[in-house]
Amino acid sequence: MSPKTLYDKIWDAHVVHQADDGTCLLYIDRHLVHEVTSPQAFEGLRMTGRKVRAPEKTIAVPDHNVPTTLDRAKGIENEESRIQVEALDKNAKDFGLHYYPVSDVRQGIVHIVGPEQGWTLPGMTVVCGDSHTATHGAFGALAHGIGTSEVEHVLATQTLIQKKSKNMKVEITGKLSPGVTAKDITMSVIGKTGTGGGTGYVIEYCGEAIRDLSMEGRMTVCNMAIEGGARAGLIAPDQKTFDYVKGRPHAPKGAQWEAALAWWKTLYSDDDAHWDQVITLRGEDIEPVVTWGTSPEDVLPITATVPEPDSFTGGKVDAVQRAIAYMGLTPGQKLTDIEIDTVFIGSCTNGRIEDLRAAAAILKGKKIKDGLRAMVVPGSGLVRAQAEEEGLAQIFQDAGFEWRLAGCSMCLAMNPDQLAEGERCASTSNRNFEGRQGYKGRTHLVSPAMAAAAAVTGRLTDVREMQ
Amino acid sequence: MEKFDKLTGIAAPMPLVNIDTDMIIPKVFLKTIKRTGLGVNLFDEMRYDRQGNEIPDFVLNKPAYREAQIIVAGDNFGCGSSREHAPWALADFGIKAVISTSFADIFYSNCFKNGMLPIILPKEQVEILMKDAEKGANARMDIDLEAQTVTASDGEVFHFEVDAFRKHCLMEGLDDIGLTMERVANIDTFEAQAAQARPWV
Ligand code: SF4
Repeated sequence: MSPKTLYDKIWDAHVVHQADDGTCLLYIDRHLVHEVTSPQAFEGLRMTGRKVRAPEKTIAVPDHNVPTTLDRAKGIENEESRIQVEALDKNAKDFGLHYYPVSDVRQGIVHIVGPEQGWTLPGMTVVCGDSHTATHGAFGALAHGIGTSEVEHVLATQTLIQKKSKNMKVEITGKLSPGVTAKDITMSVIGKTGTGGGTGYVIEYCGEAIRDLSMEGRMTVCNMAIEGGARAGLIAPDQKTFDYVKGRPHAPKGAQWEAALAWWKTLYSDDDAHWDQVITLRGEDIEPVVTWGTSPEDVLPITATVPEPDSFTGGKVDAVQRAIAYMGLTPGQKLTDIEIDTVFIGSCTNGRIEDLRAAAAILKGKKIKDGLRAMVVPGSGLVRAQAEEEGLAQIFQDAGFEWRLAGCSMCLAMNPDQLAEGERCASTSNRNFEGRQGYKGRTHLVSPAMAAAAAVTGRLTDVREMQ
Repeated sequence: MEKFDKLTGIAAPMPLVNIDTDMIIPKVFLKTIKRTGLGVNLFDEMRYDRQGNEIPDFVLNKPAYREAQIIVAGDNFGCGSSREHAPWALADFGIKAVISTSFADIFYSNCFKNGMLPIILPKEQVEILMKDAEKGANARMDIDLEAQTVTASDGEVFHFEVDAFRKHCLMEGLDDIGLTMERVANIDTFEAQAAQARPWV
């Protein structure tokens, strides 16, 4: 048999039918659904009289619109948001899906709930009407975002029409230096490849620095594969993966566990597999990074300065000029001189327990800068409960952070958690687009430890100075 | 789905690179539970000021481009989220084709599901078409999906590639779900085999 990549192996195990031109019908093992990208798909099913083919493989949870304030039991104020969440309540019930409503302690961001509940397993195909579905690739699952028409297609047929992408290997060799995290890895890769660099590829992340990461860290890395333009990001499953999965509510048990494990252990890229592109970064070269502009590729080490637009080429010169003006910065300015008003810790990139631990480690016994607004929004109700049990919630609150309920929150500001015009935020989320966190809001993407450091000093800060 | 065959229309130039889905349709408009009516909010934050007045400098607000059916854009158009609201908003405005050197994956695929044609051309050719689009309402471009060509207003012809299956669906206005439903026997067989091989799924 010819050598295969991990992507090849998962793909081959899911082809239902292949047409002569290579277009495949791919079987989908898990379909995750949230309230924003699904109403039109369910409406489509109703209009055509179609059913959900595999409701037992379909998991729904509201996350984007839900309030994260402690009084959220009183309901959603914004009418349109409320209608969207109510529509999901109804669709989940009418079509018999697994559902975690707002009132359920297991509710949270769909990409955190899936792995937490054991819905996401190695070797699976996982889709969701959400680009950050790439997160689940951390388990060695082929996971990617789809549009609403495709959501409807998967609901109706449990398959997706797909053409195979190319294979890219991103290897991070060696060890990370102190203060450098999974977030810095994934952002540094995008800094190198650009936001379009992964277009047409599925990326497999490998190398010692990746192997050394926890499952939480691996999810952070895969989460931002989409920001590099890739269709999906993957990491081969290993003992850490199996340990993480074992015992979760929907993970296999007993004899099925053994059978699953036997297959999962075959899920790696063969030594002489073919790669269409290979990128290598030395772990030792990666520094704590931050974005200065309005694209995730606008990333630099925290020790750098705001770049000169003229140092770029082509269409990027205008884009950089526009970004620097939007961000209210001056070329040549030190990144560590940039003052912030807001700190947001959360999102499907960095809203897991390990992220909260990393931030709390910096904040312990410290206070946030006077006048700063800082909030922690745990990725799920269970993450929140665990953080309370570990005493992290207390550290955040003592430092002056708001301790919120689970949801997407200020990652995309569809609920009331938004930046005001001109406000500047150090954020652990994944997108620094114009207006992402609020109209004319300014976002600097950072790791949880860097966000905590910035909260203390009130400016972008090199976390290594605080450790 | 509406069929796409030939199109003669005004092209609006948007040379900015990395035009993302948050620019195309800001998230406040994602709260709808319908597919239609998003056209007025297309490029909302670039197109209107906070009071809701049009910003005259924005290309689609200029008299020459109000009826544009084509956008010629900088690299990596449609990057960001999977929101199909982006092609819905473009389609609702009246855009039927977007020309760029590259598109984000999900956006590219979403276009085809909505009767819209994303066209990838090499940089030099996009630059020529960008100049052509800058001429305004008198410069109409022709797009012929069957022949896979874009013809600039001066008659220069550019050939583009498109996946044969996607082209077929677009030209015939075919609904993917209907097509896949014809393969339901294959899906049944696969499901039965998978239940044996991977019963834990
Ligand atoms: S946390 Fe942010 S990126 Fe993740 S699913 Fe929610 S809105 Fe999307």
